Amino acid sequence: MELITLFATIINIIIFITVVELTRRNRLKERYSLLWLFSSLVMIWFSASRESLHLLSRVIGIQYPPSLIFLLGFLFLIIINIHFSTIISELSDQNKTLTQEIALLHETVKIRRGEGGK
Amino acid sequence: MKILIIIPALNEELNIGGVIDDLKAYVPEANLLVVNDGSTDSTAEIAYSYRATVINLPFNLGIGAAMQAGFKYAERNGYDIAVQFDGDGQHRADQLQDILNPIIDGNADITIGSRFINKGLYDAELPRLVGIRILSRIISIFIGQKITDPTSGFRAVNRKVIEFYSRYYPDDYPEPEALVLLHRAGFRIHEVPTLMRKRLMGNSSITIVKAIYYMIKVILAITIDIIKKVPGR
Repeated sequence: MELITLFATIINIIIFITVVELTRRNRLKERYSLLWLFSSLVMIWFSASRESLHLLSRVIGIQYPPSLIFLLGFLFLIIINIHFSTIISELSDQNKTLTQEIALLHETVKIRRGEGGK
Repeated sequence: MKILIIIPALNEELNIGGVIDDLKAYVPEANLLVVNDGSTDSTAEIAYSYRATVINLPFNLGIGAAMQAGFKYAERNGYDIAVQFDGDGQHRADQLQDILNPIIDGNADITIGSRFINKGLYDAELPRLVGIRILSRIISIFIGQKITDPTSGFRAVNRKVIEFYSRYYPDDYPEPEALVLLHRAGFRIHEVPTLMRKRLMGNSSITIVKAIYYMIKVILAITIDIIKKVPGR
């Protein structure tokens, strides 16, 4: 195994272990860790297996196989980021609803206590 | 008919008292709800002292979410009509009956007070006027109905729209976006000529660059509204 292959594989294994460990300690929810786990497993596979890397490169017409690693990493990051954007949108929607609800409840409580404006 | 006037306000301590007094003089039968959108000044205290109902959002959510809080209040408290009336003093209480009438008579689901129907020239900065003009063309094409003042926040809606808004109200550019959404949901939109004041206190300056930037963002937002899944009526 060449040094660079070893290096790339180890980095991806570290990412994988980090995600598993964060999930195990409840610092990362399972549902948000799945994409990371899947991505890092695929990256480990293509970093470690020169044959697979060259085979897939030939199939999709990439002249310089190591660039396939960059392509995959880049695609995974895009997918994960879009996924995060949808989660942020959902959270901000929930946040808005909760904020409105608190304000409305606060007003109701005031009226019940007889402190309402009207 | 139970009428609620929703007054969104962000740091309007200089204007809010006058706005409330004005409304009480012209539409005494309506209830007033100030939605305090996270003001850091004494807007809420002043509104209380003028005996309006106040909803305090704990932090600033923006005009869209603030108005929706008001529509939710109207929905839960059984109001038949809700009016949007800005807290900055640019809307005029003496014009309110004009936008209420078509709703009361059942001729429209939403009325918009327009500064650009026959009531003389509205005096504003040129970039703003040009921006509104372009936007009104685009929206008119999109919804197949002539809309002269798509950014006007002086509006009245009936119970059906109150319920619709409680479920979904656009956040980003609510005035123009709501028109597209209401049209798609099959509501009847009417424009009514109205007079407005220039802002009483404080300023809302608008430059050409800002106007263009605003236009681009609004056009993007309404284009997405056209292809968006809309909740049913």
